[in-house]
Amino acid sequence: MNLRIGRGEILTIIGPNGAGKTTLLRVALGLQTPTSGKVSLQSGLTIGYMPQRLHLDPTFPLTVKRLLILACKSDTTRVLPLLEEVGAAHVIDSSMQNLSGGELQRVLLARALVREPDLLVLDEPVQGVDVHGQVELYQLISRIRDQRGCAVLMVSHDLHLVMAATDQVLCLNRHICCSGTPESVTNDPAFVELFGPAAVQYMAVYVHDQNHHHDNCAICGGRNKND
Amino acid sequence: MIDDFLLRALLGGIGVALVAGPFGSFVVWRRLAYFGDTLSHSALLGVALGFILHINLTVGIIVICQLLAILLFFSQQQRQLASDTMLGIFAHGALSLGLVILAFMEDVRIDLVAYLFGDILAISNSDLGWVFVGGGIAVAGLLWLWKPLLAITIHEDLARVEGIPVDRINWMFLGLIALIIAVMMKVVGMLLVTALLIIPAATARRFAASPEMMAVFASLIGSLAVCVGLYGSFQWDTPTGPTIVVAACLIFMVGFLLPKEIVLRAQKS
Repeated sequence: MNLRIGRGEILTIIGPNGAGKTTLLRVALGLQTPTSGKVSLQSGLTIGYMPQRLHLDPTFPLTVKRLLILACKSDTTRVLPLLEEVGAAHVIDSSMQNLSGGELQRVLLARALVREPDLLVLDEPVQGVDVHGQVELYQLISRIRDQRGCAVLMVSHDLHLVMAATDQVLCLNRHICCSGTPESVTNDPAFVELFGPAAVQYMAVYVHDQNHHHDNCAICGGRNKND
Repeated sequence: MIDDFLLRALLGGIGVALVAGPFGSFVVWRRLAYFGDTLSHSALLGVALGFILHINLTVGIIVICQLLAILLFFSQQQRQLASDTMLGIFAHGALSLGLVILAFMEDVRIDLVAYLFGDILAISNSDLGWVFVGGGIAVAGLLWLWKPLLAITIHEDLARVEGIPVDRINWMFLGLIALIIAVMMKVVGMLLVTALLIIPAATARRFAASPEMMAVFASLIGSLAVCVGLYGSFQWDTPTGPTIVVAACLIFMVGFLLPKEIVLRAQKS
């Protein structure tokens, strides 16, 4: 399989459980060596990684502030602006274990931004967040991409919301089943076969919807080029 | 005047408790309690090794603990057995093997109870040296590894992506744990070493707002348990190691039952 991602681009990997989404991400991050093939990163490229989950023991006394200070190499002045950027300034003194699903994802996103990354790698960034919060998070990710001009590589198994928030989709099922813009992928027969016509129809409506309202659409912000 | 042996016991006990605080905190955060138990269960093998090679018994214990730590590190790479099953096999296998080997050595008679439960009142000046030199090296090493270890405790893969040499740091950490367990044995014995690691740390949790606070509080709480335990053991003529652990448990219960306002005030201090 072959995939490339350029500056300022959002690429989303979707696919059923066991399709190899996380493996692909781990290979791209250098956490796992590929059995064959190679990963080429532009030299000097900084990666910001947002893991899928944090397994903090309840006995580990860690506040949001401390988490970010540790990541910022003790530069305390950067903590608040980072939290403001992701809309989580109010939890700065909370303990990590007391965050809600959405707050935790935002803090992890801020954590991934610490190193001013050229490439953001997000593993299921909306996991454990309600639907409303998911839309907000995808908006936030698009906004960060717009402001920072970084590339975003994310994994999702959510089919519909993410379609509105991505430039390129890569559908994976142990091989690249199809790829392209959200619109072209949803019409791809291989995609329909993988997820079933019902899911696709539901999603097609959604993408269609976005195309028609893109000027005032809160999600794509009028960036949907394929209209 | 305080007796010489009592003073040595107090010094040794407090020294061990001070070392145990920060290490115990990491053991609790990273859920390594069973790992520590497994290392300490191998101590009798180290004693046997010491007799066979005619070397200092503490050195024998340190060597065996280090070897077992390496073995455990590799055994965690396999996926066939759950890690607690693996640890159980090593812990009980090492304990039994140690007892069997010692039984074969007919000219060796050891005080088994002293190894199992500690013999702090018989602590010698050279034992004290082990506690303070060995423990001091271990704490210095831990301070050096502190930040990367915190990063690994938060998320191992995240630390790896950001260029922290995770495997090397885990190696060094396990080596330090093996060292302090060998050193702590003298005070509370192999069966109770983990107790002195985890009980003060668990007690400190409610009062701590940061990892560093928890480590310091754990050291102080452990020292208190040593003082109370020594006093109790002297007063009622009970075995010292277990009395220290009972004292630690009592302090844990008091801390657990303290009202929330007092706890919050301690966090802000």
